[in-house]
Amino acid sequence: MIPYQPCLNIVFAMSLSTQDVEKVARLARLAMSPSEIETSRNQLNGIFGLIAEMQAVNTDGVEPMSHSQDLAQRLREDKVTESNQRAAFQAIAPQVEQGLFLVPKVIE
Amino acid sequence: MFESSLKQLGDALRAKKISSVELTQSYLDRMAQLNPQLNAYITINPETSLAQAKAADARLAAGSADALTGIPIAQKDIFCAKDWLTTCGSRMLHNFVSPYDAHIISQFNNAGAINLGKTNMDEFAMGSSNETSYYGAVKNPWDTQRVPGGSSGGTAAAVAARLCAAATGTDTGGSIRQPAALCGISGLKPTYGVCSRYGMIAFASSLDQAGPMGRSAEDLALMMNVMAGFDERDSTSLQRDKEDYTRDLNKPLTGLRIGLPKEFFAEGMGADVAKAIEAAIAEYKKLGATIVDISLPNSKLSVPVYYVLAPAEASSNLSRFDGVRYGYRAPEYSDLADMYEKSRAQGFGAEVQRRIMIGTYVLSHGYYDAYYIKAQKIRRLIAQDFVEAYKQCDVIMGPTSPSTAFKLGEKGDDPVQMYLSDIYTIAVNLAGLPGMSIPCGFGDNNMPVGLQIIGNYFDEARMLNVAHQFQLATDWHSRAPQL
Repeated sequence: MIPYQPCLNIVFAMSLSTQDVEKVARLARLAMSPSEIETSRNQLNGIFGLIAEMQAVNTDGVEPMSHSQDLAQRLREDKVTESNQRAAFQAIAPQVEQGLFLVPKVIE
Repeated sequence: MFESSLKQLGDALRAKKISSVELTQSYLDRMAQLNPQLNAYITINPETSLAQAKAADARLAAGSADALTGIPIAQKDIFCAKDWLTTCGSRMLHNFVSPYDAHIISQFNNAGAINLGKTNMDEFAMGSSNETSYYGAVKNPWDTQRVPGGSSGGTAAAVAARLCAAATGTDTGGSIRQPAALCGISGLKPTYGVCSRYGMIAFASSLDQAGPMGRSAEDLALMMNVMAGFDERDSTSLQRDKEDYTRDLNKPLTGLRIGLPKEFFAEGMGADVAKAIEAAIAEYKKLGATIVDISLPNSKLSVPVYYVLAPAEASSNLSRFDGVRYGYRAPEYSDLADMYEKSRAQGFGAEVQRRIMIGTYVLSHGYYDAYYIKAQKIRRLIAQDFVEAYKQCDVIMGPTSPSTAFKLGEKGDDPVQMYLSDIYTIAVNLAGLPGMSIPCGFGDNNMPVGLQIIGNYFDEARMLNVAHQFQLATDWHSRAPQL
């Protein structure tokens, strides 16, 4: 619909391998079948084609920007401000026992 | 009554011409009738809403009512509301009944407003068509074959269909403005830091901002009076004096300098959208404004920068969903790692997983500087363009979206095409500026067109003035879809 023209003189054109995508899926803790890995690889390569346009921009001497007002994070006193709501929080947990969140055994 | 403004509803409630219980029940009845065809709401709790209405009526009787006391407001399902199912459009939170209120929800509760229900949205606010919701797509009230936009698509459809008096949205890359444009309503994304993000489920924390969506600029101003303000529980909330956002509504526009960025009027905008935008600019000239040609040379980089920064922050924010303390857990797994991987693979939809993958990659070892830091540097260049532009003009105008509402399924499996539908809105989030969309006409197939108004930092009151004066001179905002 939109005749968007990505910058074509990109030196950073890259392509993810199947192994790259498997590694990222593992880091992200997302179970993926081989066919899902392949679909993901194709879509990610398309998106990285779009993103690659950034690499042609000269950003020498430019400070990275994370907040529009460039504010430092506020500090507060290290004191308890929240009330104990353990029962309310555990009421919505997938699995609890004796006031503890249950997960599969980690240590043999 | 369904066409009344918030001010008119407030006056009627305070004059006892109608009770909040009657008003709320009327909306609930209309929702029962029309929501099935639009799917604008995920959760409706009539008993809870009516109990709030009863309390509001007591407050009205006691003479201690505020501007929005007793008025039914819908809340985007991204805001945690105590004892309400809060899904964020995801299977991951299909059973999450929030144990606490978001700051925005507390503000509406304190104002005596009625929570009419939780509106549908793209999953974790990731989408531009509301098709990524686990709870099904929302239909555009102007044509139910078309999308309402996203991610605040349920809110936009509910406001357009008069299924609430006004509602909340959130905007990370255009999620208030684009659906407002596509559904023919008004929406405002405030300056980053004006509305607290506490209890608003995080997508991309350096960009996310809550804002009002409604039928007029005047309604948005009254909503802003409730929503804006410092909250120490949000570390990026800005400490500023309380404002009355209605204060400038009636100022004349004589001498207003409107900047038109040449990049927004280049190739890419639909001819029907261009025609409506040009007519709106002509109207502003009649109202006394002057036009200044400006340039935002780096704005073309907004989409690539956004699709590094937003997924990076999302992959970090969404790492909390692990099936341990709340939310979805896979029914079968072999060990802890398998539980994480299966719960996340089954709990998150395709678009959310795609963005987590992008984010994880760009933040991974060896790529952080090339992607994340590079994108943050270009973000500053994009923001500086606006600083330069505001030396020559007071507000910036252009289209909100390159096209009117597209058909459900039309953009299917091509994420890049979907991402490009936010091409005019994303730069505003990257710069942290306030932006709004107001209806300014109709394009092909009689679908609404939105005019985007971008203001300087903290200039919301002026933007609302600029929008309100247009709405006094035109009637696009009062057009309603036939349902």
